[in-house]
Amino acid sequence: MAQHAADAGHHGVEEIRKHVRTYIVVFVALAALTVVTVAISYVHLPTTQAIALAVLVASVKAALVALFFMHLISERKVIYAVLVLVAIFFVALLFLPGFTELEQQGWMNRNVP
Amino acid sequence: MEMSIPYQYKAHPVTGIPNGKFAMWLFLASEVMLFGALFSSYVMLRYNAPEWPHGYTLLNVPLATVNTMVLITSSVSMVMAWAQLKMGNFARGRMYLWVTVLLACGFLVVKYFEYSHKFHLGIYPSKSTFYAVYFTMTGLHGLHVVGGIIAIAYLAGPGASLWHRNPDFYANRVENTGLYWHFVDLVWIFLFPSLYLI
Repeated sequence: MAQHAADAGHHGVEEIRKHVRTYIVVFVALAALTVVTVAISYVHLPTTQAIALAVLVASVKAALVALFFMHLISERKVIYAVLVLVAIFFVALLFLPGFTELEQQGWMNRNVP
Repeated sequence: MEMSIPYQYKAHPVTGIPNGKFAMWLFLASEVMLFGALFSSYVMLRYNAPEWPHGYTLLNVPLATVNTMVLITSSVSMVMAWAQLKMGNFARGRMYLWVTVLLACGFLVVKYFEYSHKFHLGIYPSKSTFYAVYFTMTGLHGLHVVGGIIAIAYLAGPGASLWHRNPDFYANRVENTGLYWHFVDLVWIFLFPSLYLI
């Protein structure tokens, strides 16, 4: 029960006010980054550089949303554990189709006569 | 005493969070896999295509930029609703929930104009691989926005009576629905550049 009492006191009004100020700063940052990523697209960079920059800006924006709006900056261990698994499987999911390419190019059966 | 499911809004002693919140994160994990499969397909299709159009030559970038801003603003209003409830301001919290619903509807209206313009020109998913990817991914995302509108409108409308019986439980529901809503925003943050800008 002491745990619950501690949780109840965890979100004092003053602390929430601080949160609100953070949300407004994050909002301005997200809006600015949206303008930046659109502006970059108007420069018409070579495709590889354009993709790298777009993914970079999107990742920063996603991190801001996840850390502050979804409160991941101060979350319980169990959520981080779930997210580590998500990250591993997500990367596997992204690269798995690539392995079929290797097979098509003959990398998988090099030693087969 | 009223019977209730344990740890609905109180922290579970093992996980340190309410069960509802834990369940929402597990659901979001499955959502990452759902959208991840589509992003993975997109990468493979684009990488292997002999040529692939730049999104900005076919799609309306200014309109989508406005829509990105709308969705980001809706995420802020959602988190503001939670903050107001945590400070005990029910009326303002509920107002922010309605603002979120309104912005989400605005997003769908813009999306409707984008889609209907394409249909008017005879462009359907079967037009090209690019459009197949575009309609599939934005379509699934749009369905998620519809789901979010239903959930948030319920909390702002009939579901709001829970506040008077159990304010902590209500604030928790708003927080969990918020997690989902921020995830929908997050997916769009990646969809917008991948489909429109590169």
